[in-house]
Amino acid sequence: MTPTTTPAPQPPTPSQTVGPFYGYALPFTGGGDIAPPGHPDTLTLHGRVLDGAGQPVPDAIVEAWQPAPDGSRTGAPGSLRRDPVTGAVIGRDTVTFTGFGRVPTDADGHYTLRTLPPGGVAYISLAVFARGLLHHLHTRAYLHDAGPLGDDALLAGLSPVRRATLITTSDGPRVHRFDIRLQGGDEHEETVFLDFG
Amino acid sequence: MTVPGSMTTPLTQATISTEITGSREHYARHLADGGSARTHPDRAYPPYRSSLLRHPKQPLVAVRDPEMVELSGPAFGVTDITDLDHDLTRQHQGEPLGERITVTGRVLDRDGRPVRGQLVEIWQANASGRYAHQRDQHPAPLDPNFTGVGRCLTDDQGGYRFVTVKPGAYPWRNHDNAWRPAHIHFSLFGTAFTQRLVTQMYFPGDPLFPYDPILQSVTDDRARERLVAAYDHERSVPEWSLGYHWDIVLDGPAATWTEEGH
Ligand SMILES: [Fe+2]
Repeated sequence: MTPTTTPAPQPPTPSQTVGPFYGYALPFTGGGDIAPPGHPDTLTLHGRVLDGAGQPVPDAIVEAWQPAPDGSRTGAPGSLRRDPVTGAVIGRDTVTFTGFGRVPTDADGHYTLRTLPPGGVAYISLAVFARGLLHHLHTRAYLHDAGPLGDDALLAGLSPVRRATLITTSDGPRVHRFDIRLQGGDEHEETVFLDFG
Repeated sequence: MTVPGSMTTPLTQATISTEITGSREHYARHLADGGSARTHPDRAYPPYRSSLLRHPKQPLVAVRDPEMVELSGPAFGVTDITDLDHDLTRQHQGEPLGERITVTGRVLDRDGRPVRGQLVEIWQANASGRYAHQRDQHPAPLDPNFTGVGRCLTDDQGGYRFVTVKPGAYPWRNHDNAWRPAHIHFSLFGTAFTQRLVTQMYFPGDPLFPYDPILQSVTDDRARERLVAAYDHERSVPEWSLGYHWDIVLDGPAATWTEEGH
């Protein structure tokens, strides 16, 4: 039994890369399907993870976290819901909105999430992990149709070119495109990544 | 400088080791000049060649908004876990080969408070140093009785516990004769998305430590030591398993209001 002690500040554990072999451990069935199936408000958020040469990153993982449509930020269990008999991941219960998604990129560096609009904010928070990335990166996908983005403090503090990397582009009705560029190059602007201190 | 992956000039351990030493000296000067200690690896760490095109060149943008969504985070519960998930030796018909071990510890936030009821995920190579992953081509045997994936939820003290076998070292292609020290991959959640952590746990006394650019990417000596578990004889079980202990401290701010919400 661990003795209960008075909490005192602790030095953090360092990050290490997710490496190349998480593929049979972290992804789970329905990981990108945050929205209950058939929900009329479902939006698609998709794009590619690209490296500094503009090449796709086929061994990345994108995680999404967001408030429920009613603005609740408590989330809910059940993203990796299991069959207690076989142990298999059977996916979300089709009713609960967990607010959490996780998808690996495919061979072309592409990811797809299906979710509901976040309540109270204009963005979906993303974390990116990849082989070669020693410490994951946080960014935000601001939905271009979520209303006026002008009074968002983060966006307001960025140059137009940098700001544009955080805002989705329309790829059809209710389809948002959001590419994540881990490193800038001659042809493309690096995505803005965030430090929460 | 040697070209990575060049057919004509193999990238040697000596070259990588020289770069590792250079990075460490650079960090020592940073400290000597009054710089603050750095826990996490620099994302631009040339000895780990795969980092070269996969790190941002622009500084991260600081966000200090007390209303930000990232001060909350995903929740997990009993539906996400089964009773056998923490025991990697009981996921198949037979027993896996290798040295049976337990890995236990606590997950804390940086104020030292336990992180309760949160998801801990691990994955690892088998005792021979082979992952049950299609792209792992290391010619070491697969073990039909070992997949190498585990999950659990932390208890009320932030505690976690896994039963597994000690993973083997394995070769990789960063440079000629590159070997990873034995390690277990860990994925952790706090109460806030800002506290998210993916890392690797190492075993004490591994002779491969100084040669490995991934471990050495943590240039602060004390921070690097925090990635190494302790062998704990008290936690070894007679005639059964060897005990390792490893506490994990999540970085990043967490809102105090989540305490009340949970
Ligand atoms: Fe590994």
